[in-house]
Amino acid sequence: MRLTKFILSRLLAWFLTILVGITVVFFLQRMMPADPVEGMITKMTSMGTTLSPEEIENMRATLARQYGLEGSLFEQYLDTLKRLAHFDFGLSMTNYPTTVASMIAQALPYTLCLLLVTTILSWIIGNAIGLLAGFKKEKWYSKLMETISMCIYPIPYFMVALVIMILMAYVKRWFPLVPSFGEFAFSWEWLSKVIYNSFMPALSLMLVGTGWWIISMKALSSNVAEEEYVNYGRLKGLTEATIGYRYVFRNSILSQVTALALHIGGVFGGSLMCEITFSYPGVGQLINSAIYNSDYNLLTGVIFISIFAVATATLLIDLIYPLIDPRIRNS
Amino acid sequence: MMRIENLTAQYQTITGPVVSVKDVNFQIKDDEIFGIAGESGCGKSTLLKVLYDVTRYPLEIKSGRVVLDYTDRTGKQRSLQSGEISKAWWDAISYVPQAAMSVLNPVYRIDEQFYELFRRHRAGEGEKVMRERVVQYLNELDLPVDVLKAYPHELSGGMRQRVVIAMATFLQPGMIFADEPTTALDVVVQKSILMMLMELQSRMKNTLVIVSHDMGVHYQITKRMGIMYSGSLVELGPTDDIFANPLHPYTQMLIGALPKVGDRTTREGISGGPPSLRNPPPGCRFAPRCKKARPECTQSVPEFVEVAPGRFAACHLLNR
Amino acid sequence: MNTGYKASFRQIWRSMSLRFKIGLCIVIAFIIIGFVVYLFSPGEVMTLSAYKKNQAPSWEHILGTNKQGQDIFWLLIESIHNSMMIGIVVAAAATAIGVFIGLLSGFVGGAVDRVIMFLCDSIIVIPSLPILILMGSMLKGRASLMMIAGILIIFNWPWPARQARSMALTIREREFINTARFSGENLFKIVCVEILPHVLSWSMANFVNTILVAIGSEASLAVLGLSSTTTPTLGNMIYWARQYQAIMLKQWIWIGSPVLATAVLFIGLFLTYTGYNEYVAKKRGR
Repeated sequence: MRLTKFILSRLLAWFLTILVGITVVFFLQRMMPADPVEGMITKMTSMGTTLSPEEIENMRATLARQYGLEGSLFEQYLDTLKRLAHFDFGLSMTNYPTTVASMIAQALPYTLCLLLVTTILSWIIGNAIGLLAGFKKEKWYSKLMETISMCIYPIPYFMVALVIMILMAYVKRWFPLVPSFGEFAFSWEWLSKVIYNSFMPALSLMLVGTGWWIISMKALSSNVAEEEYVNYGRLKGLTEATIGYRYVFRNSILSQVTALALHIGGVFGGSLMCEITFSYPGVGQLINSAIYNSDYNLLTGVIFISIFAVATATLLIDLIYPLIDPRIRNS
Repeated sequence: MMRIENLTAQYQTITGPVVSVKDVNFQIKDDEIFGIAGESGCGKSTLLKVLYDVTRYPLEIKSGRVVLDYTDRTGKQRSLQSGEISKAWWDAISYVPQAAMSVLNPVYRIDEQFYELFRRHRAGEGEKVMRERVVQYLNELDLPVDVLKAYPHELSGGMRQRVVIAMATFLQPGMIFADEPTTALDVVVQKSILMMLMELQSRMKNTLVIVSHDMGVHYQITKRMGIMYSGSLVELGPTDDIFANPLHPYTQMLIGALPKVGDRTTREGISGGPPSLRNPPPGCRFAPRCKKARPECTQSVPEFVEVAPGRFAACHLLNR
Repeated sequence: MNTGYKASFRQIWRSMSLRFKIGLCIVIAFIIIGFVVYLFSPGEVMTLSAYKKNQAPSWEHILGTNKQGQDIFWLLIESIHNSMMIGIVVAAAATAIGVFIGLLSGFVGGAVDRVIMFLCDSIIVIPSLPILILMGSMLKGRASLMMIAGILIIFNWPWPARQARSMALTIREREFINTARFSGENLFKIVCVEILPHVLSWSMANFVNTILVAIGSEASLAVLGLSSTTTPTLGNMIYWARQYQAIMLKQWIWIGSPVLATAVLFIGLFLTYTGYNEYVAKKRGR
């Protein structure tokens, strides 16, 4: 009973978060002193397409329908909600008349794989190093690890990405400046090609991510290491390994799971920047071409998917949390 | 049996060492409840740390030693000194820390915390034996077996204290140290904890060393006790004798401050506070607060000597 | 009087960790560069072909000139100035708004509190960068830095609000507040004496951290060409350097100087932030 209530409340929060996200995007968009319809028409005429006033009028109506700009503000809002509920983002202006949904469906797996692999790896590596650094904080290697993390973590993702690209693809030609992934094929060859081509974006995401987990885990575990119960563990004559794992690790890792939920949004943004820098064929690349072509439907679709993905990831972590925290599971 | 010989221990600080235990000499016998009393800051917790051999930086032994004589599980006589005593932890000597209700690991059930002790100190006796032993032991102590499946936060403070005491006695060590075992508990729970400690001792015939600032605790359960003042023992002897006839003026002051049933006169409070350990007064450290102080008291340190059979004290007034 | 002040300053300096000192020195250096050296700028640093193109560093042009004929040194100084301005404006406004709403929410409680906190949680979870990108791309070319700052404030007030609220709650629960209130103590005085110092020291830390976040977000947008393209900022400088293929042309100073400046500034801000937090924790622990 209590469990159902818990799950329902998390689901409600998930739903409302997405709703708040859409609402914020919707109204910010309408508040901007820019009219996407006029912008598109100006763009087309400036590119040399001559249109008669009639055609322009026609075009205006079509575009307004395309962008969901018909009717009153409230009608537009309801209409937007209705369409998003069906994952209907309209047609893309970049690849007319492909639907935005199908473009996202093609790009999303690349982004999710990159994100999933780098986030999990950097979470594990960062927490392992951070635990050691916090538990043995007087040792030189702990101080060195923390200093390195403190000098990498604060730098924005795109700068780390830029530096890596200059070093590894330009100065040393280890990796291609523009990746080529080729057609999807279920083969070892294709997989190794994907890994080779996504190495640089993954590395930059991991450097920044790992840095953060080292810093936060170090702070957490050095606090836990001062707790009375850790000292008591020592007085019990337990080995340092037991104390490190059962006392310090088990008591600090829980907060790191919660921290992961809070961090997903930022990591997602970072991955977009990395994808753009490295021309990685994920959602970030879609954003890039959408910006270039003023493709608002595509942009809105990508943003909705971003909000949806991040909120869902947070929901999943929230739902998993009670399974690993015995104190909550039990009560 | 534990022998404490000329023990002096100090803390290293930025401004130089601070001596916190000075020239302490006494013995703790087998099968007794021994108490150590004194105001907070008199060095009794530091003394206990040194006795239990947790002298980690910045605490260090400057001179003297602690010797633990015990019979191990195979029946062999052994003798360990400071620095080696940790080898006998939980087998021959165990510890109930101060604020014991907050020392349990919050993410494991109580049974797991018993098991980890067992696995560490009784490796090779098998998981099944271990499980049975824990349940059986809780039954012996009249503790509900349900607590084994609980997490620490689900238990009351008193119950957690009992669990920690049960852990300390679980492997039947010959000597158990308890640092302020009743502080921070309400009066009713205090009483039951003391009863539990007494019962355990009378059944196991081991040695219980209780450190407490509360003279009432010592009066209720200890057989022998020592009184510490500013890092040194000032008096030591059978508890009953000390309460009936305190020799040292400091002891007299502590006992004089205790309330007695039916007594309506206003109690004399303890005036002043203990001296700083960093800059102790010359001579007898109690002299500045002592009503009976004489000129020699501020000049030379009184020796800790046996003034009557089994009764030791350090006061110039007594050796004439 | 004067010597006493000096002594206390030295005492504070000595009690700071090495990390805090390094961070503070970097930040102060950047403040001097961005607000004092800036005053000597010849102005109009964005003007194209103001000087000869692609010159190597010399006394006249400390960092040389770029392919567009701009002086890289003054371009960098102006960029640092603008980036720091946007960081400070966003951080000050977001922290002030957040702390105010958070305290209010915590003290009022009830449904208002629940709604505000839900809004905070949602905005914290929602990925802000894609939304910023959407806004930026709609404003392409017309975005002013202040407008970008406005949008950044929207995404940065919820975190301080959350923290201020939990501070308000713990403070409200504490006995001495009630005792003070019932004994007729002025509520305003209680807030000033008991609550404000605590909240202020936390706000200070959040302020420093938000400067970092805001400069970073603006730079991300600028690198994509979505911030104001006519106002030099650190991100904007990188954007133009990339637009004109500075990497291919091996114009390392042009692209390297804003990257290095951003990296050093961010490390400095981060060290100040963590060092300050440690310092406060240590002081409170005593």
